[in-house]
Amino acid sequence: MTEGNGQHTHHEEHKSKLKNWKEIPIGGKILEAGNSKEYKTGDWRTFRPVHNPEKCTNCMICWMVCPDSCIKVGKVDDPAKGKKGVSNKPNLGNFGGFDLDFCKGCGICAEECPFKAIEMKEEKEFKD
Amino acid sequence: MVKKTRKAKTGAECTAEAMRQINPDVVAAYPITPQTKIMHSFSQFVADGDVDTEFITVESEHSAMSACVGSSAAGARTMTATSANGLALMWEIVYIAASTRLPIVMNIVNRALSGPINIHCDHSDSMGCRDSGWIQLYSENGEEVYENTIMAMRIGEHPEVLLPVMVCQDGFITSHGVETVDFFDDETVKNFIGEYKPHYPLLDVEKPVTYGPLDLFDYYFEHKRQQVLAMQNSVKVIREIFDEFGKISGKDYDFFEGYKLEDAEKVIICANSSAGTIRVVVDELRDQGQKVGLLKMRVFRPFLNKMVVEKLGRAKAVAVLDRSDSFGAFGGPIFSEVRSSFHEQQQKPHIIDYIYGLGGRELDIAQIKKVYSDLEQVKNGNLGELVRYLGVRE
Repeated sequence: MTEGNGQHTHHEEHKSKLKNWKEIPIGGKILEAGNSKEYKTGDWRTFRPVHNPEKCTNCMICWMVCPDSCIKVGKVDDPAKGKKGVSNKPNLGNFGGFDLDFCKGCGICAEECPFKAIEMKEEKEFKD
Repeated sequence: MVKKTRKAKTGAECTAEAMRQINPDVVAAYPITPQTKIMHSFSQFVADGDVDTEFITVESEHSAMSACVGSSAAGARTMTATSANGLALMWEIVYIAASTRLPIVMNIVNRALSGPINIHCDHSDSMGCRDSGWIQLYSENGEEVYENTIMAMRIGEHPEVLLPVMVCQDGFITSHGVETVDFFDDETVKNFIGEYKPHYPLLDVEKPVTYGPLDLFDYYFEHKRQQVLAMQNSVKVIREIFDEFGKISGKDYDFFEGYKLEDAEKVIICANSSAGTIRVVVDELRDQGQKVGLLKMRVFRPFLNKMVVEKLGRAKAVAVLDRSDSFGAFGGPIFSEVRSSFHEQQQKPHIIDYIYGLGGRELDIAQIKKVYSDLEQVKNGNLGELVRYLGVRE
């Protein structure tokens, strides 16, 4: 894996937050409730979903089928690139991007999209 | 004032008597020879209302240990017992109990693992799970079973330890042999055991916690490192509990206990009931002027390598008696640890291993005399086979 690769940086960031054996509760116990959101499963991903606003009709089938609730609802990431008619106001029930902290890259959204508006690309193609 | 009552009991009854006095919140068990006699006796106490224990009769040992894990995690003081194949069936959960840091106390009535199927004593069962993260105490006789079981509860529950503890006794030889044993009064044991304060119990609804979550490459190793520390901490805690209980019983307890060891040149190390037989031979040979001694292992996990060196450093020849084999290894489990303890030492005895007593094969006085006689050769540097088989038909 090369330097500057998206997965690598994400992984490094995750590693820097890890606690040592003296700082964690014994026996694998978790003492705080609702902590699963702290466990960023996005670094399991090999393929990343990429959204094509030109093809997207905001049918939100991707939102229905995503097993990890990683389809955000709201405005598009960059309204300037947005298709005409796609709202740039939040919470209007339109496609609002992927939650890459938790998307494991399963590709179900891309498979199920009736308009082929989501493409899976290898993580190594990204620099962020 | 501590009141002692002397009674004739089997080793299994000694465990049950300790359990009655401990009065655990939960016991989950499944019958297996020769352990069955423990739960036979204990279930009578339950039926008679002598204890407050919730006694869970399960459909297998896998379920027995699973129920123990659940109840201990809930915050209940929990005990069980098993033997051989029952322990093998528990295996998966035995590791989970230790790594979840649940101070369950389990009596192991040592029995040979199948096959061919055999119900008699050897240590292949408890030795097989020596890496599971449980503290292991071994007992020479019923009285030691009784005392070790009481001490085990305090050792495991200590906040700096929080590990499960196995208390081992020899199947049939100890478990079904009747001996006279000193029992303490209920109040003394109750006061010694004290109230159990569980560590983040599941039933504490004010502080909800998660037990047993997925623990991958980012944290599993750290949790294992914590288990190492707990085992290291247990050395100090076991020492303290031995001393505290010694004040009640008037006895000295140690990780390794010597008999006529001070000037001994030829020493046998063993665990459990064989120590009694060896002691008889030591006395006889001492009368003939031979400098022989015995080192009895009470605690195998944690293994105190420094104490082994300290107690055996002056000996010239040492025979380790292993009542289990580790097929393909360099000797039995006790041998390899005793021998490696001396690696850095300039002055060290010659050390050989005897695998003996498998499947209940008797260890008699003639065999022990042969070991001391062999050690005379070893002492003079004629090592011969380093790993030998005692009592097998050649």
